[in-house]
Amino acid sequence: MIVDTMRIAGHEFSSRLILGTGGFPRLETLADAINESQTEMVTVALRRIDPAARGSLVDVLDAAGVRVLPNTAGCYTARDAVLTAKLAREAFATEWVKLEVIGDERTLLPDAVELVAAAEELVDEGFIVLPYTTDDPVLARRLEDVGCAAIMPLGSPIGSGMGINNSYNIRLIREQTALPVILDAGVGTASDAALALELGCDGVLCASAISRAEDPVAMARAIRLAVEAGWLARNAGRIPHRTHAQASTQEDGVAEFVHPSDPARAIGSGGDGLG
Amino acid sequence: MSIYVNGSESEIAPGTTVAALLDALDAPARGVAVAVDAEVIPRGEWETFAVPDDSRVEVLIAVQGG
Repeated sequence: MIVDTMRIAGHEFSSRLILGTGGFPRLETLADAINESQTEMVTVALRRIDPAARGSLVDVLDAAGVRVLPNTAGCYTARDAVLTAKLAREAFATEWVKLEVIGDERTLLPDAVELVAAAEELVDEGFIVLPYTTDDPVLARRLEDVGCAAIMPLGSPIGSGMGINNSYNIRLIREQTALPVILDAGVGTASDAALALELGCDGVLCASAISRAEDPVAMARAIRLAVEAGWLARNAGRIPHRTHAQASTQEDGVAEFVHPSDPARAIGSGGDGLG
Repeated sequence: MSIYVNGSESEIAPGTTVAALLDALDAPARGVAVAVDAEVIPRGEWETFAVPDDSRVEVLIAVQGG
């Protein structure tokens, strides 16, 4: 059960899980995972046409009835990212874009300077910009200032499965913005997704953890349930962390057992009692 | 005349439109975008836009990603 909806740019989503379509071995598996995840929005990318490619991704997504969120994966400059976003708008008839501007090949970490420049230009062009960003609260503020529709900080590098490396920063980003915060990248398994929601994220974008799992469809279900569990837990108001124990059973009225061998028995019973 | 399509050199007749190029590539009807010399060619212009000589054409389609 979902408590309520996730709102991005005035659009309501009853699922807080956005599914990345990258990495699924077959389109059939992708379709099953979409179904099991109950997601309402999935990411797609643009690449040069391959005459040998089989099956239509667009048909699969149409049949699933999900909204499409094009990304700008593979772009290393604001210029290329803006052009790719405009091409995606043509290809998919949507103003929504997951803006990725990568600054490092090995870690695929975002280039903050190019990211903000691209975001600003795309917002000016009327795009709904969902930026994939580092977990830097100051950068998040810059992205909000230029008019992004959400903040999508990474938990850890794309496809690393390391989970959330800096939960403190995710909390700070959450505290300072009224925009939706969607944890994007780094989720390795269900508990990472639950933690994101517990930290205050509105949702999770997850690709590799599901698509590259041994059983992607089972993992889609696990992460769907984790997102729901995390959201419920967040709103249920967790107990504070304590350094020491706090008994969960009352201390008043605890029995005082006196065993026959206890020295206290001789003193406490008065000696010549009933025994 | 000669153009580059997705990085490969290709000979086309003068006046060849984007639409004709897409036909030749057997491009799907949906999920396709075209850039010529790093400018988006909107779908509405595909039938009329003649690909210029020596231009760099990118024909992109939807793929799994992200």
